[in-house]
Amino acid sequence: MIRRMLLAASLALAAAAPALAQATLPQAPAPTGTLRIALKDDPDIMDPTLARTYTGRIVFAALCDKLFDIDEKLEIVPQLATSYKWETPTSLLITLRDGVTFHDGEKFDAAAVVYSLNRHMTMQGSFRRGEISDMDTAVVVDPLTVRITLKTPSAAFLSQLTDRAGMIVSPKAAEAAGRDFGLHPVCTGPFSFVERVAQDRIVLQRYPGYWDAGRIHFARVIYRPIPDNNARLANVQTGTVEFAERMEPDDVTTARANPRLAVAQVPQLGYQNITINITNGPRANTPMGRDARVRHAFELALDRATINQVVYQGAYTPTAQAVPPANPYHVASLVPEARNVERARALLREAGVTTPLAVDMIVPNNPDLRQVAEVIQSMVAEAGFNLKLSTMEFASSLQVTTRGEFETYLAGWSGRTDPDGNIWSFLHSRGPQNDGRYNNPEVDRLADAARAETDHDKRLALYTQLWQIAVVQDRARIYLWHATNIVIYSARLAGYRPISDGMIRVQDLRLQ
Amino acid sequence: MIGWLLRRLAQIIPTLLILSVMIFGLQQLMPGDPALILAGEERGDPVVLAQIRAELLLDRPIAEQYFVWVSKVVQGDFGFSWRIRMPVSQLILEKLPVTFQLATMAFVIAIVIGVPLGILSAVRRDTPTDWLANAVALAGISTPNFWLGIMMILFFSVNLGWLPPSGYVPLTEDWRASLATTIMPAFVLGSGIAGVLMRHTRAAMMTAMAQDYVRTARAKGMAEGVVVLKHAFRNALIPVVTLGAIEFGRLLAGAVLTEQIFTIPGFGKLIVDAVFNRDYPVVQGVVLATALIFVVLSLVADLLYMAINPRLRQA
Amino acid sequence: MNADSPRRRALRRFFQHRLAVLGLVVVVVFILAAVLAPWVAPYDPIQTSWTRLRKPPSAAFLFGTDENGRDVFSRVLWGARASLMAGVVSVLAAMLMGVPLGLLAGLAGKWTDALISRIADAMLSVPFLILAIALAAFLGPALENAMLAIAISAAPVFVRLARGMALEARSADWFEAARALGNPPWRTALLHVLPNIVPPLLVQGTLAIAEAIIAEASLSFLGLGQQPPQPSWGSMLNSAQRFLTQAPWMAIYPGVAIFVVVLAFNVFGDGLRDALDPRSQRR
Repeated sequence: MIRRMLLAASLALAAAAPALAQATLPQAPAPTGTLRIALKDDPDIMDPTLARTYTGRIVFAALCDKLFDIDEKLEIVPQLATSYKWETPTSLLITLRDGVTFHDGEKFDAAAVVYSLNRHMTMQGSFRRGEISDMDTAVVVDPLTVRITLKTPSAAFLSQLTDRAGMIVSPKAAEAAGRDFGLHPVCTGPFSFVERVAQDRIVLQRYPGYWDAGRIHFARVIYRPIPDNNARLANVQTGTVEFAERMEPDDVTTARANPRLAVAQVPQLGYQNITINITNGPRANTPMGRDARVRHAFELALDRATINQVVYQGAYTPTAQAVPPANPYHVASLVPEARNVERARALLREAGVTTPLAVDMIVPNNPDLRQVAEVIQSMVAEAGFNLKLSTMEFASSLQVTTRGEFETYLAGWSGRTDPDGNIWSFLHSRGPQNDGRYNNPEVDRLADAARAETDHDKRLALYTQLWQIAVVQDRARIYLWHATNIVIYSARLAGYRPISDGMIRVQDLRLQ
Repeated sequence: MIGWLLRRLAQIIPTLLILSVMIFGLQQLMPGDPALILAGEERGDPVVLAQIRAELLLDRPIAEQYFVWVSKVVQGDFGFSWRIRMPVSQLILEKLPVTFQLATMAFVIAIVIGVPLGILSAVRRDTPTDWLANAVALAGISTPNFWLGIMMILFFSVNLGWLPPSGYVPLTEDWRASLATTIMPAFVLGSGIAGVLMRHTRAAMMTAMAQDYVRTARAKGMAEGVVVLKHAFRNALIPVVTLGAIEFGRLLAGAVLTEQIFTIPGFGKLIVDAVFNRDYPVVQGVVLATALIFVVLSLVADLLYMAINPRLRQA
Repeated sequence: MNADSPRRRALRRFFQHRLAVLGLVVVVVFILAAVLAPWVAPYDPIQTSWTRLRKPPSAAFLFGTDENGRDVFSRVLWGARASLMAGVVSVLAAMLMGVPLGLLAGLAGKWTDALISRIADAMLSVPFLILAIALAAFLGPALENAMLAIAISAAPVFVRLARGMALEARSADWFEAARALGNPPWRTALLHVLPNIVPPLLVQGTLAIAEAIIAEASLSFLGLGQQPPQPSWGSMLNSAQRFLTQAPWMAIYPGVAIFVVVLAFNVFGDGLRDALDPRSQRR
């Protein structure tokens, strides 16, 4: 009896201190088995501060925990932080999780958070600086509390901490490795880094000291970049990988017919659009760049539904704005106009251009977008446009578009949880990704106001106005669709949570 | 012999130097400013761009950039990949064994097909067998590597489901899976070389068989098969052996598209991806390494040729 | 010209080589297809149709239709233009660059020779296709740029060839004789070397065209050549790769076209060599 009570007491104690529990209680046997994930491309450098690619984020999901995460409803949920509080519109108090350690055994605390945020801000070549540029200071309040002050109120700031900007690296390891930290990243995620063979694989192993270890059911995760779509499909079919991401709509039928495979279709956060050079250098001086009616005519010549059907088997969502329907800031009243070749021709006549009007379009060198471009080419031809395509590698297209050496550009954006991440950078006259240098003071004002507005309804109203000017009136960009992330995985794999950011969260994943 | 070797070596160094200047010069013409690529979303910020340029010495005169690069290369330091920050030499060393395995298998396939066909067609000269063998060789030479690869995937992976369509498993990990993933690309690469090999074997065999000692052997009444195998074949092997080294260069080039199609992380894929990502240090390193391998191999081929064929040593 | 002039002999030998004649016939057929494509092709090669996407081969569409509902047969015919153009033009350009440099190297000797030869060696030490890909990436994606890249990559072979011929000529008796007679060495060299160089150049050129066609297809396959919607066999294969399981015909026919035309050029070139080059005569 007494022994029983003692046991109960120690159990209660253990529950109160999870770190202690790990050390004293007999545990379930350590998980075995390997989860193999086929990626569409090879990630770039594995340093949260320097990383740029979408694919890299997928690997980080197992490697580096973030202060916050997002859930299926795109709501912000705790991860390394347990809670947050806005003391004032520019002062954010974040409480941290206790008992978390880095892969090198160092303790995770407020100092590490401040270190990582400052690293994002100051490291040369940082890709996070722009994301958290609103941050003024980050200070340690106590070992488990951080206070962040902003230069201006920002509704978008918190959502940045759900991505790479919110990943906390081990200060000791980061100091020691310097710029080579990405060769052997040390974070707090469920898996730690083992090795990387470029273009071949990234191997991670389970970190036994993970704060949420009970939800981890694999001993290893291996990420394998397999760019060819058929090859990714074949690999998941034959069971050489358990999971394949960013598959093509064509594969859905194949996978559905196979009882050993499961399919999930997750609407993505981003969009595809046609960027138009409006004021960026001499190449902007074209009918397309000068006259919104010509752009409108171009848009009227497009049939988004057919593009979607022909190239993507109807799997995507046609759109006329940057924010997808799943996002609470999607403006439901703004829908794409139906194709109308007659009106397009009339608009061109009204604008006084002689047809056929030659227009150049830069197209990324990947198979489905090349097909999209050809479909567009054939559609706009009927309205009197002679669309000339030049396919370009991403690397070349970056230079060409930044320098304004383009007329139109078929471009995509992977998307962010907060609408600001899909809008400000692209439409504000000072936006770093506003390649066409679209410039309308009213849009600038609305984008700035929406960025600071925390009330949902007021913010949505600001965005509704913004679209009215930027899209309906100015035709600054032609938004085409929101993509659907199609993932195909082994039917034995349970616990996959489809979340719009496309990340593969390894928590709760297990083989049955 | 020593003098000849020294002369050959003396030729290699200026060749490589000129090559290094060419690689470096061409890269300056390449569209796609690396600083812009590396700056990504911050490419609108001149401060960031200046920082990146300073770190990569892009703001220095080209001559200085070149000398810094060359002096490091001489010490075996090819720099690091701008994209993933791994040392280029490490990348090259990681990828070489993969392509080397492919190349070796391709060669074995080429020899197994090409040499017997060549002997057969030389022995049965001007018969339908000869014509058929020649046709096979020509077909091998004329088939575009990448198309053959696609057709093989279509047939063996998609229709029959016998072989994995792509990917690569290292020999050390699982030799069976490794062979299964490399047999198709190796065949694709080997088929073209088999054609070349067949033609050379045939020509060499015919020359050898026309020579006096073979005729003497025949006149002495040796069985035809013995004559062919013993005398002619040994002599005919000389060009075949030396050809091997030179064809290796062609193999590396063939690997570019073949590895792309079968997604094999080898040398060819390394360079294509590097070119597309404007990862200059990798492009430079890989092209230079390829040239070095090629130059060394043709030197070895010449040496082999002289070793096998003593008459040339006097010349 | 008497009945048994070398040219007659060469022609006769060539036509005796029936396979080579067949090669020539196929080459001519492809050239005709390329030239006459606008009249021979049953459909507009770039006309899309959303109602006939990826239809298998039938009486109406001999080779089926592609992912945008275009007739694959018509695209193969039009694609012959890009391929043959790339083959012929880039090899001609390579000759124009390579032959004068080779002659210069061979005739001038000394430092000029050393410099030109080392540059040619340096270029030859990089595999042809790798060089072409790197060059095409420098120049930007377009058919003309791909052709230029191929031409530059193929030039060193012609440098070597011309240099060899020039060296041979320089050591010949008549060269010294001409010099002794007071003829300017350059004119002499050109007058005598050029006619001699034509046969090997023709042979090498024909075989180089075969290689250039494959190179163009490879570059277009990587997206560095012909730009959409204009067809090229290489870019057709590229888009076909996406639909290998659903529409294999998209991958089969352009490949067959490349194979047949390259084979024809190779056979034709072999025949030419046998006919023109007495040293490699068949016994």
